[in-house]
Amino acid sequence: MSDYNYDYDLPSKPYVWMGNEALVEGALAAGCRFFAGYPITPQNEVPERMSERLPKLGGRFIQMEDEMASISAVVGASFAGLKAMTSTSGPGFSLMQEIMSWAASIEVPMVVADVQRTGPGAGIVNLPHHSDIIQAHYGGNGEYPVIAYAPASCQELFDFSIDAFNDADAYRTPVVIFSDSLLGHIHEKVIVPPLEELKKRVIPRKLVAYEEDGKTPLPRNKYITFTSFDKKAKTYKITIPPNIATNYFPEWLPAVTHSAQAIASEYQEAAEIEVYNLNNKIGEKVIKVQEYMTADADVAIICYGLPFRSALRAVKLARAEGIKAGLFRLVTVWPFPRKAVRELSQKVKKLLVPEINIGQIVIWVEAAVEDGTKVEAIPAISRLHEPQELLDKLKEAVH
Amino acid sequence: MQSLPPFPEKPLHPYELTSYTGRKFAQAFHIFCRGCGYGAIGQLFCRIFKDDNVDETLYPFIVGVGCYSALPLALPGRSLMTPHGRTLAVATGIKLANPKLTPICIAGDGDNLAIGTNHFVQACRRNIGIILVMLHNNIYGMTGGQVAPTTPMGMRASTATYGYLEPEFDPVALALTAGATYVARWTTGHPRQFMKSIRKAMQWKGFSFIDMISQCPTYFGRNNDMGEPIDVFNWIKGNSIPIEKTKGMSEEELKGKFVIGEFRESPQKELSEKYIELIQTLRSRSKGK
Repeated sequence: MSDYNYDYDLPSKPYVWMGNEALVEGALAAGCRFFAGYPITPQNEVPERMSERLPKLGGRFIQMEDEMASISAVVGASFAGLKAMTSTSGPGFSLMQEIMSWAASIEVPMVVADVQRTGPGAGIVNLPHHSDIIQAHYGGNGEYPVIAYAPASCQELFDFSIDAFNDADAYRTPVVIFSDSLLGHIHEKVIVPPLEELKKRVIPRKLVAYEEDGKTPLPRNKYITFTSFDKKAKTYKITIPPNIATNYFPEWLPAVTHSAQAIASEYQEAAEIEVYNLNNKIGEKVIKVQEYMTADADVAIICYGLPFRSALRAVKLARAEGIKAGLFRLVTVWPFPRKAVRELSQKVKKLLVPEINIGQIVIWVEAAVEDGTKVEAIPAISRLHEPQELLDKLKEAVH
Repeated sequence: MQSLPPFPEKPLHPYELTSYTGRKFAQAFHIFCRGCGYGAIGQLFCRIFKDDNVDETLYPFIVGVGCYSALPLALPGRSLMTPHGRTLAVATGIKLANPKLTPICIAGDGDNLAIGTNHFVQACRRNIGIILVMLHNNIYGMTGGQVAPTTPMGMRASTATYGYLEPEFDPVALALTAGATYVARWTTGHPRQFMKSIRKAMQWKGFSFIDMISQCPTYFGRNNDMGEPIDVFNWIKGNSIPIEKTKGMSEEELKGKFVIGEFRESPQKELSEKYIELIQTLRSRSKGK
């Protein structure tokens, strides 16, 4: 694996980048070589930098006619063998849901960055609002999985972009990166690691599948196009995505319900197998969380994205005042870490969920809690929580 | 479960084993209605692929949503089915990412002139190396015969019970205006000319658009007093005029007629070629530093 040509070109050193630029560089470092997009504030710096950087790296950039076209072109490019992404904001993200659903059903690896802004409607373009958290998972028709990362700094935008592309290829599913107009426009220090280290972190797109010994190339007749359930090993077998120019590509890759061998079907059984395979293939291994001082906590904050920064400060201040506060951060919002949240709820008396919306993940936290632990949403509309505000809530919770 | 008739001992037809069903079941079949033109169009592609020994990895079919979503059963090579209207956008991604490929898009009149018109216009303008074959049957067949942007004014459909009030779209005029570099129109009554156009388009550098008028006896014919399958076919064939013969004809005379032939052949630089050149220029510039 390590003998492939890794051609990212920036030397390892600290840079000062805007969030949107850090996202681009992270994607390029991850091997993204195709970008299709459509202008929408506040993500405009993403396509702008992509159009300058991609041709230099031998990649392709195209500005399409709308968001549906952008994400469709990304699916096409992914089938043609390039790691591909698009970026958008709320109104564009809702247009993309049609293709998100399709891409998830035919298991296309791709990355969608959603630099969220205030909604509903056109909203306010330059204020942050985590308005698309639920939409990312349930926006499209049908039931399909997504993996969603929620970075909180420019360095994380760079790092999580690499993870996002790796997960997209490993699990063959669309991966969403949640940014917002505040995070997208912060200028911060980003350290680009040495190329050797980056190369080790990046999983290249595979063109050839191998047998179980890992050496013999898999012949066409043994290759299964989509995820299948191995009944003996009780695991989901995720194969490499079929490249349209190789013999792995099936004669007919249907957009309708299909079997793992890419045979279109209208039987109820086929739908059952497909829906379960799609939704269960990801499992819990992909979930990433960060815990801070939760071991002895009486009260804990659960958060994702930018509120993590306020919450970390609030927890530190609370600890200085002797309040046993903890912090539980969802690095990946989807899939939701139901088990970990349940375990946390058994330790603490109260869970606080600050979100930059009226409460989208708090519903999931409430559903995960079993033993009557109190859950309180701390909504903020189009603004980031002040640490003092969260500190007051922490104090309130223990008194 | 449907049981198929037993396999014949040897192929009945020289192109029997070229299509998807032929390869899979050793017997070619399709699931279109009696008298539909789509099966024939699938077979014309089989002829081209077999006779010219086409490398199927280089010419993937990108199929949209309509009756012709089932066309891959009758097609050679490999097909990718896309959501309704997005064929050209998906093909744009494929062509840019791998310029060696030439996607052949199969889209319908609803696909291409209603939900996906924007992609159609923009692909013509970009002059990207894609072949678009638009199956033009004047109706939404799969959903039950609703009116389409190509339904001639006054004709009836299941959502135009008293006759369609709006004038119909002329896709060829749209493609010419938008800047497609190869534009042709044929009908199912002109299979050899259609095959010639496809062969030309497969070698064409740039966007090629072929409007293929096809009969829909089940919905279009039945609603418009053309009960027998052959009636719609004859209606199309009888109303088509080769472009060479239209000189000196007035607009009144051309009303309700299908002008067929090759409308434009003007080579222009193709988009993915331009992009590769840009990459090479940037690389040589950075080496020069």
